[in-house]
Amino acid sequence: MRHIISILIENEAGALSRVAGLFSARGYNIESLTVAPTEDSSLSRMTLVTRGNDHIIEQITKQLNKLVDVVKLIDLAEAVHIERELMLVKIHTTENSRAEVKRLNDIFRGKIIDVTAASYVVEMTGPSDKLDAFIHALDPDSIIEVVRSGPTGISRGEKGLHL
Amino acid sequence: MELSGGEIIVRCLKDEGVEYIFGYPGGAVLHLYDAIFQQDDVQHILVRHEQAATHAADAYARATGKPGVVLVTSGPGATNAVTGIATAYMDSIPMVVISGQVPTAVIGSDAFQEVDMVGITRPCVKHNFLVKRTEDIAETMKKAFYVATTGRPGPVVVDIPKDITEPGYKIPYHYPESIHMRSYNPAVMGHKGQIKKAVDLLLLAKRPIIYAGGGVILGEASEELTEITRMLGFPITNTLMGLGSFPATDKQFIGMLGMHGTYEANLAMHESDVILAVGARFDDRVTGKIAEFCPYAKIIHIDVDPASISKTVMVDVPIVGQVKPVLQQMIDLIQDSKMRPSEEALSAWWSQIDNWRSIDCLAYDRHSEIIKPQYVIEQLYQVTQGDAYITSDVGQHQMFAAQFYPFDKPRRWINSGGLGTMGFGLPAAIGAKLAFPDADVACITGEASIQMCIQELATALQYDTPVKIINLNNRYMGMVRQWQEFNYSGRYSHSYMDTIPDFVKLAESYGHVGIRVDKPEQVKDAIEQAFAMKDRTVFLDFMTDREENVYPMIEAGKAHHDMKLRVAPSAKTERELA
Repeated sequence: MRHIISILIENEAGALSRVAGLFSARGYNIESLTVAPTEDSSLSRMTLVTRGNDHIIEQITKQLNKLVDVVKLIDLAEAVHIERELMLVKIHTTENSRAEVKRLNDIFRGKIIDVTAASYVVEMTGPSDKLDAFIHALDPDSIIEVVRSGPTGISRGEKGLHL
Repeated sequence: MELSGGEIIVRCLKDEGVEYIFGYPGGAVLHLYDAIFQQDDVQHILVRHEQAATHAADAYARATGKPGVVLVTSGPGATNAVTGIATAYMDSIPMVVISGQVPTAVIGSDAFQEVDMVGITRPCVKHNFLVKRTEDIAETMKKAFYVATTGRPGPVVVDIPKDITEPGYKIPYHYPESIHMRSYNPAVMGHKGQIKKAVDLLLLAKRPIIYAGGGVILGEASEELTEITRMLGFPITNTLMGLGSFPATDKQFIGMLGMHGTYEANLAMHESDVILAVGARFDDRVTGKIAEFCPYAKIIHIDVDPASISKTVMVDVPIVGQVKPVLQQMIDLIQDSKMRPSEEALSAWWSQIDNWRSIDCLAYDRHSEIIKPQYVIEQLYQVTQGDAYITSDVGQHQMFAAQFYPFDKPRRWINSGGLGTMGFGLPAAIGAKLAFPDADVACITGEASIQMCIQELATALQYDTPVKIINLNNRYMGMVRQWQEFNYSGRYSHSYMDTIPDFVKLAESYGHVGIRVDKPEQVKDAIEQAFAMKDRTVFLDFMTDREENVYPMIEAGKAHHDMKLRVAPSAKTERELA
């Protein structure tokens, strides 16, 4: 099953490699990983998407908690939560296709943030499956490059992951 | 008082109560060594190879319960220490390793003797630090000792670039008395409800067993373990790391379990209905085939590390907490309870266990004209009256020591259980002897293992640590040969050593006494003679049976009831035993 683990971790050199090293050393897989400092610059927030049965996920959360730099973590998949991913897509356009790409972009509520005679860059956020759907809707030959941040997430309601 | 970075480190060690630091100098730690030279509070033990520094410090920690401290230089000094760090990590031994690093300005430039020590050791330390400012040294040292010694203990590396120990830069010294780390809060007390549930389960058990590991020794809980075991009247087995946590000469002790455990311990585990696992981690050498592990048992597991619980074997009643207070709470609950385990059920269970015991699974040929390794260990036990600190290397001799030297006290059995590091024994013996100069210390080893850290014979002379080396010399890497005999049709691929040194002359050349023993009737005399020489390190070279095997054996991937015995029980006995 897919799990999305949100981690508060000391914003120190090497903290990211401790997490990444744990996953490779124990043979767990990481589907995506995003990390950035929080409003408190001594802390980073990491969002990690992984897959595994309950037993493996339990071990992953226990092993992560065991890392001395990890302050707190939650498995967002255990409760209702919101996930968003940022994607930038560079699309090759022709005179014929420009209008169609723009229409598609509007349907998906993306933003065109760079325009040349032969290309658009589309910025889009949303749940990962929406971004997948946009990619599938495009002519595959028109895609020059795709950059995705991987999902980040937050729980619904007033409770949160903080100190 | 203003101190340089080098002086601060030494001062921190003093304030932390460190007696010995095991190390080897080099370019990146010269400032630090200069600071060591100018004081007498912390004694430095110069080893002959950095691996030995870590093993000696590790054994000092195992023998005393206090953290071992190591100092090595950058680059090769640091990498040589890694085997010893991993050894301590696998057995959860508190240790602080200070490694020199190239100056901060050249880190990352592939400077002379530079390695990324923090990166290299990341998977085999509890935590590690790279200190970049002199101002951060004292607090980091405090954190290192705190993390190494609390919760589930382990090694911590502190990497110190040369420039921050510069003698010309002095700052005020302040060593924090205590430290708080928001991201690190090890568990202490167990969950009350879970403890109650565990006690209820124990009191209703019909075929119970207590399975105790190294965590009991690390958690100083041997007294509580002994009390609860006697109170309940249950059989108890120990893991390799747990030996000594319960008196092995007690009739409730049914031997070690696992791959080379006793017939009775493994079968009692297999047939049990309730298991109380205390500070043990269900290692693969203990469990054998997981799918067939203890099929009838409800399992209670006490461990300070939540990640140990349900890692390989799913347990029914997990209790996260320090072993000592949790066992004390259980004892209190049992005392307050009116219920007692069913005497009838227990006596039936014990008679079953005694039946298994009666096959005498550790029996060996006592009339052999060649020295049997088991016999040497038994004689060592007699001569030292079971009260020595025994270190071992890794292989057959280690298993014979575990089977034939019953430990009645914790911290007497010092061996590399998790990592299985050959070369551990001799430096470990030196570390234990420094900790307890008046105690008998013996290193049980083989001619293959001993050669991995043989250079430490020089350290033993320099620091006057008269240990006794019990070399079970069978001219084979015994355990490798045994597996090759069983699993590779006797093709002894590279498990034979063709050029073994004359250990007597070798010991003598290092300034020690060497004695070679060829006949069984000389064994006891030789051991007595060695221990009578109180102030000499003695190398006893026993020419043992070349093809002796360790029994019983559960081969890798098999279950507890699938044991290879020296003499298989006849069909009739098997029926009687069942």
